Amino acid sequence: MLVEAEHLCKRFGDFTAVRDVTLRMGEGEILALLGPNGAGKTTTVRMLASILKPTSGAARVGGFEVVRDAQQVRHTIGLLTEVPGLYQRMNALEYLAFFGELQHMDKRLCKQRSEALLTRFGLFDARQRRLGTYSKGMKQKAAIARAMLHEPRILFLDEPTSAMDPHSAKQVRNTISDLRAQGRTVLLCTHNLNEAEQLADRIAIIRRGEIIAQGTAQELKRELLGEPMMEVRLVGLLNGLSARIGTQLDIVETGANWFRYRTTRPEMDNPALLARLSELGRQVVTLSEVERSLEDVYLKIVEQ
Amino acid sequence: MLSNALIITRRELRDSLRDWRILMPIALLTLAFPWLMIAVSQLVFDYAHNFDESALFITVIPFSIMIVGFFPISFSLVIALEAFVGEKERNSLEPLLAMPISDFELYLGKLLSSIALPLIASYVGMAMFIVGIHLVRRIDVPTWMVVQVGLLTGLEALLMVAGAVVVSSHTTSIRAANLLASFIIVPTTLLVQIESVLLLNNRSDLLWHIMAGLIVANLIVGRMGIQLFNREEILARENDELNARGLLRAFWNFLTEGRGRFSVVQFYHADLRALLARNRGALVVTMLVLVAGGVLGWLYAMLYRLPPDFIALNNFSGDDFRRNLHNAPALGLLPQFSTRAIFVNNVRSLAAAGLLGVFSFGSLALILLIIPMAIIGFFAGEVWLTGASPLQFLFAFIAPHGVLELPAAILATALALQMGASLISPRADLTAGESLLAALADFMRAFIFVVLPLLLVAAWVEANVTPQVVVWLYGR
Repeated sequence: MLVEAEHLCKRFGDFTAVRDVTLRMGEGEILALLGPNGAGKTTTVRMLASILKPTSGAARVGGFEVVRDAQQVRHTIGLLTEVPGLYQRMNALEYLAFFGELQHMDKRLCKQRSEALLTRFGLFDARQRRLGTYSKGMKQKAAIARAMLHEPRILFLDEPTSAMDPHSAKQVRNTISDLRAQGRTVLLCTHNLNEAEQLADRIAIIRRGEIIAQGTAQELKRELLGEPMMEVRLVGLLNGLSARIGTQLDIVETGANWFRYRTTRPEMDNPALLARLSELGRQVVTLSEVERSLEDVYLKIVEQ
Repeated sequence: MLSNALIITRRELRDSLRDWRILMPIALLTLAFPWLMIAVSQLVFDYAHNFDESALFITVIPFSIMIVGFFPISFSLVIALEAFVGEKERNSLEPLLAMPISDFELYLGKLLSSIALPLIASYVGMAMFIVGIHLVRRIDVPTWMVVQVGLLTGLEALLMVAGAVVVSSHTTSIRAANLLASFIIVPTTLLVQIESVLLLNNRSDLLWHIMAGLIVANLIVGRMGIQLFNREEILARENDELNARGLLRAFWNFLTEGRGRFSVVQFYHADLRALLARNRGALVVTMLVLVAGGVLGWLYAMLYRLPPDFIALNNFSGDDFRRNLHNAPALGLLPQFSTRAIFVNNVRSLAAAGLLGVFSFGSLALILLIIPMAIIGFFAGEVWLTGASPLQFLFAFIAPHGVLELPAAILATALALQMGASLISPRADLTAGESLLAALADFMRAFIFVVLPLLLVAAWVEANVTPQVVVWLYGR
C-alpha cells in the first residue's frame, strides 16, 4: 500500500475536523475523496502531506510515517492545494525552477520537465509571462505542473479542475489518467462527481470529518441505491401486464406504457422477461438499465 | 540546512527587488538621504564653528551615521511582517509548507530574506555618508565608530525582523500583523532615541552595553521564533478571535490537573509535588541565580568598602536597635517594620515578579530576586571586612524569617520564570498559549496556597522574632 491511514483524527481546540479516517491506496490507484465544504477533505490531505500533525491515529505515505518522516513524505508526494497560490511576480519557468530546487532536482532536468509540463498544459508560449497575468485556469495548470514536477509517486490533488474551461479540464483529466497508467497513486479531492466517477477507481465520501462510505462507484450505487434497475418500454399500454408478470419480477414503478424492476441477475432475468413478453404477444420498444448517477449516491449520503 | 534556507532567501529577495513599493523608498533613503544628513551636518558644523568642533565631531557624526542607517532597516519590519502572513493571504504558503524543508530552514530563509535588502541598503547609506562627509568636509570617521554604529544597526534590524517573523507567523492577516507591529516599533524607536541621547551626550561607550543587551534580546526572540514557528501553528490558525470561554476552560483544566474540580486537599497531597517536579528546571535556575546574587553582592562589598563605623556590630545596642525599628518610617517602597507592612511589601514584589516575568521572558523576575540577594551578600561581605562573622550576621538578620521567606521567593520567582519561558520554549505537548496558561495556573495555585502562607508567617517572624535574635546575638 502506498497510502495507509489508520483512524486519523485532527482536532483544533474544541473542533474536530477529522475523526477516525481510515484509508488505503495501492500503486496506480486513483481514490476520489468527496464531501461537502468543510467536511475534512483538505485537513485529511494536509495530514497525509505531513503539513499538519494528526491528533491521533497514524498514516504512512510511500512507506514513510507522516509525523516521524515528514521530510521524506513531502519529498515523495506532489501536492496541489485547493487554491493555486502562485508567486505573482515570477514567470512559470522561474516558479517551477524554485520548487524544483527545493525538491533538490538537477537544474537541467528541472528545466526539461518544466518545459514538457508547460507544453502539455498549453502554457509553453506563456512561460516567460508573470504568473500574475495568467487566467484562473492557467494558474491552476501551472500549479498542477508544480505538483508533478519532481515526478512524485503519489499525488494529492485538491480540486484540480475547478475554475477551468472544459478543454483545460479535459487536458487535466487526461493527465490524471496518464498518471494512473504510469503507476502513480492519486488522491483526488473534488466536487465534480462526474469527474470522480470517470477517473477514480474508488470513491470515499467524507462528512463532518468521518468517512461514511467507501468503494467503487458501482459498489456505492448498489449499496445506497439498491440493485440495478431495468426499464421496459412497450408498444401500447400495459393493460394489467405488470400483474401477470409481477410474480416473477420485483416491479418497483409503472407508467402508461413502461415499468421498472430491480434485478440482481440481469443476465438471466432480462432474457427470461423478453421471452415471456413475446409469449404474451407484447412488442418491446426498449429494455435498458436505468442510469443512476453518483450524484444520487452523494446526495443520499450527505443529506442523511 | 543553509542551502534550503538560501533558496527561499533568493526567491524572496528577487520578489522584493521586483516590488517598486519596497525598492523605491529603500533606494531613495539609501542614495539620497545620506546627502541630506551631510548637508545637515555641514550646517551644524558651520553654526558651531566657534565652539568645540572636536566635541561636535564625536557626537554629530555617529548620530548622523546611525540615523542614515536606521531608516532603511525600518523596511525590514515591513518585509518581515509580510513574510508569512502575506503569503498566507495570497494562498502561496501551503505549497511551500509541502516542500521537504524543515521548519527551521523555512524560518531562517524568511529571516534572512527580510533582513538582507534593508541591511545592505543601510550599510550602503552609511558608506555614502562616510565617503560624502570626507569629500565635502575632509572628515575621516574612525573605524571604531563605524563598527559600533554598524553593529548596533545590524542588531536592531535583526531584533525587529526576528520579532516581526514571530508576529507574522502567528497572525491571520497583514492587518493584524501591522497592528501588532507596534510592539516592535515602539521599543525600537525608544531604543534609538536613547542611543541618540547617549551619542549627543558623548556617551558612546554605553552603546557597547546596549549592544550586549541587544545580543541577549536577539537570542531570546530568535529562540522564541524558532520554537513557535511550525507549520501546524501557521496553517491551523484560521482566525484571531479571542475565545474567552475556551481560554477559561483550558485554564481551569490546568488548575484542576484535568479533574474538573479544584480541591485544596488534593493540591497539598499530590498536585504540589507534581507542580514542583514539573518546574524543577526553573527552580534550579532560580536557586543558582539566588546564589549568584549573593556572590555578586559579596564581590561588590570587596570593591566598595563602607566606612568602618557604618556597620558597628561591635557597638551594637539592643535598646537603640529596638527603638530604631519601632520608629522607622516607611521609605518609598520599603515598608514600616510591622507584620502587615512586610507581608504586603513581599507579596507586592513577588506578584510583580510574576507579571514582569511574562513580559520579559522571565528575566525581570530573576532580576527582582537578584537585587535583595545582592544586598544581603553585600552586607555579609561588609560584615566580614569589619572582622565580624558573616555567618552570625546571616543567622541573626536573615535566617529566622529567611527559612520561610526564601523558599517562598524561590518558588514564586521560578514559576514567574516558567511563565516567561513558556513563550520561548513551550511544553512539547502544548502550544505557546496553552503553555502560558499552564504556567499561570501553576503560579496562581502555588502563590495562593504556598507562597502567601509562607510570606505571612515569615513577615510575623521578621517583625517579632528576628529582632529578638539580633538582640540576643549582638545586643549588649
